[in-house]
Amino acid sequence: MTGEIGLFALCLALALSLIQAMAGLSGARPQADLARAVASAGALGLFVFVALAFGALTYASVSDDFSILNVAQNSHTLKPLIYKISGVWGNHEGSMLLWVLVLGVYSAAVAVTRSGSDRLTSAALGVQGLIAAAFLVFILFTSNPFVRLDPAPFEGAGLNPLLQDPGLAMHPPMLYAGYVGLSAAFSFAAGALIAKERDWARAARPFMLAAWIALTLGIALGSWWAYYDLGWGGFWFWDPVENASLMPWLIATALLHAALATERTGAFRSWSLLLAIAGFSLSLIGTFLVRSGVLSSVHSFASDPTRGLYILVLIFSAIGGALALFAWRAPSLEEGAAFAPVSRETTLLINNVLLVTVFSIVFVGTLYPLLANALFDTKLSVGAPFFQKLFVPVFFVVLILVPFGPRLAWHRGDLRAAMRALAPAAGAALVVGVSILAIAAPRSLAGAGAFAIAAWLLTASAIELSKLNWRAVRLSAFAAPLAHAGLAVTLIGVAGVTLWRSEGLEVLKFGESMNIAGYTLRLDGVGAVQGPNYEAARASVTVLRNGQTLAVMVPERRIFPAERQETVQTAIRTTIVSDLYLALGDQRDATHWTLRAYVNPLAPFIWLGAVVMALGGLLSFVGRLGRARAVPQAVPAPAE
Amino acid sequence: MKSLLAALLLVVFANAARAVPVPGTLADPAQETRARALQKELRCMVCQGESIDESNAPLAADLRVLIRDHIRAGESNEQIKQFLVARYGDVILMQPPFEADTYALWLTPFLVLIFAGGIATWVVVRAARAPQGDAG
Repeated sequence: MTGEIGLFALCLALALSLIQAMAGLSGARPQADLARAVASAGALGLFVFVALAFGALTYASVSDDFSILNVAQNSHTLKPLIYKISGVWGNHEGSMLLWVLVLGVYSAAVAVTRSGSDRLTSAALGVQGLIAAAFLVFILFTSNPFVRLDPAPFEGAGLNPLLQDPGLAMHPPMLYAGYVGLSAAFSFAAGALIAKERDWARAARPFMLAAWIALTLGIALGSWWAYYDLGWGGFWFWDPVENASLMPWLIATALLHAALATERTGAFRSWSLLLAIAGFSLSLIGTFLVRSGVLSSVHSFASDPTRGLYILVLIFSAIGGALALFAWRAPSLEEGAAFAPVSRETTLLINNVLLVTVFSIVFVGTLYPLLANALFDTKLSVGAPFFQKLFVPVFFVVLILVPFGPRLAWHRGDLRAAMRALAPAAGAALVVGVSILAIAAPRSLAGAGAFAIAAWLLTASAIELSKLNWRAVRLSAFAAPLAHAGLAVTLIGVAGVTLWRSEGLEVLKFGESMNIAGYTLRLDGVGAVQGPNYEAARASVTVLRNGQTLAVMVPERRIFPAERQETVQTAIRTTIVSDLYLALGDQRDATHWTLRAYVNPLAPFIWLGAVVMALGGLLSFVGRLGRARAVPQAVPAPAE
Repeated sequence: MKSLLAALLLVVFANAARAVPVPGTLADPAQETRARALQKELRCMVCQGESIDESNAPLAADLRVLIRDHIRAGESNEQIKQFLVARYGDVILMQPPFEADTYALWLTPFLVLIFAGGIATWVVVRAARAPQGDAG
């Protein structure tokens, strides 16, 4: 019954999405209160029925209902409960269902928080309805998760062991919350064009922020997973699927900044609209890249080329439609705000020019192998060296310019005063840069530069906080300093791991030791361990420093018999300022094993920085919610 | 305070100087460093977007041995790369060469920067000339 309930709920959801789309779009006209109410109700109904369908699939997975093909292919009775739940979105059909569920959550949030009473919200809900309908049609006709299997097999085929991991269980929902959140920004932008509403950025901002926070954390989770799970101690591989999540993040970051100007002064209105359209388009492209299997990647677990065509048509319709609407309506919304060349507006513009350039590097690097194959019939690889060469210099410039924005006022700023205020930060950067150059071994100019920039950003954030008027301070005033400080923290971590990591690889006999960066690692033995759905070889490695035992670490290799795959379970001992990272290699003979060890200085800072950035976004989000409830201010507040 | 910072930095970095030898490594540390750097520039042909430096595949292991043989024979990085490109094609290079096929790849970011920068300059100039409305 479960499968039929789920399928029926999906069909009802499709009907409701069409109602939501039609009612929402007709509610964009003046005096169409009924249509607006219907659109809001449709959005809530859509959410309820998609949630029901998702619940049905989850129940089927948890209760090992192998008569449902999707569960039979991706689950197993021995799989732990958490992975029976996360396995729901660990495959193509389920992950598409999650996609629509998150869309439903955002649509419902739009309907509830904005009560659907204005034309902009109604048009936005209409566009959300169209997107939901397109994805529900995709699910029902090409990726039905509730297809039955007769006779039902006695046992399921199991889930890709790489996915059986707490970090990766949480990664897709977080990433989707970001991807799909950008659909809300997109819908508000399209809604603004449909309803000819100028003041759209204010309405869309909470959703942009929510999407950006989720995307930041989602990318960080993915990177952290790659770090501890793949066994190479790397945190970013410039892999197509990683890039697919980085691209919308870069554009969302540009959008958050441009929309700030649009909201405050009306500047860059059509540019913000374009960024909102681009952000969601990139989410769709990201979904396409991951789901269609056109790009080979360590991450594309569930891929099928035949479905790619539908998504491709969907992408072209969404992007084409939105751009046509933009070309038609955007000129009438632009009003040409006035600002001096030295002003916060200009800094935001420079921010956007550079972020778009950085984005273009990732975009062209990710898609060029496909393009070259199609156009010139040549096979190319565009790997880490390409991205590092171009990405790093431009991003360094972005980071150096960050502190100027908040120090310059809207309309007309005082560059001299800004420089004076930032002088201590420049001093701190110089001191830190020179000390790193003098102390750190091996000597690295790039490393010194990275630390100098980090010091510059952190001090500038501190200066920003010190200038706050603490008697009338708003929560959102902490947002930018915190987010910018987060960038510095991540930068420190990236520099530490990339430039100063130590590594060792040795074949050890039981009782033998290897040395790495001051640690002595003694392989005491390797024993067999039985897990719930795997068999593991677990090494016991004693870590010594200056003859004293610090810890015993237990890296493993796990064999999953159901899935016939092997995974590496690393052991990491962190002191926050440095990670000792062990991965068990292959067995040479009865008593010899290879052991791979890394010392990654400052590694945890990479993800800590992302959390700090997300926290900055969260403060802005919460501050915004508080303000939305307060009476709108008649007099604009002075520059923050 | 500064000495504290220095002490901290020493703890973090001073020991990070050199990696421990890998089995089957070159005796000359300079040559080994070269081999490691070269590994990062070569793609593992049977993997998905990984370099041979970070792959468990047998082919990657073979290539790691192969480039060490060539380094021992006194070949330069360029010669080794040419040898591998002749054998596998450009696809083995993690960083594509700058040639007719890849002009668009390498130049697009610069064109975007120039184009976007041009538009931004135009916007700023126009905004500076526009009549200053009521602020806010």
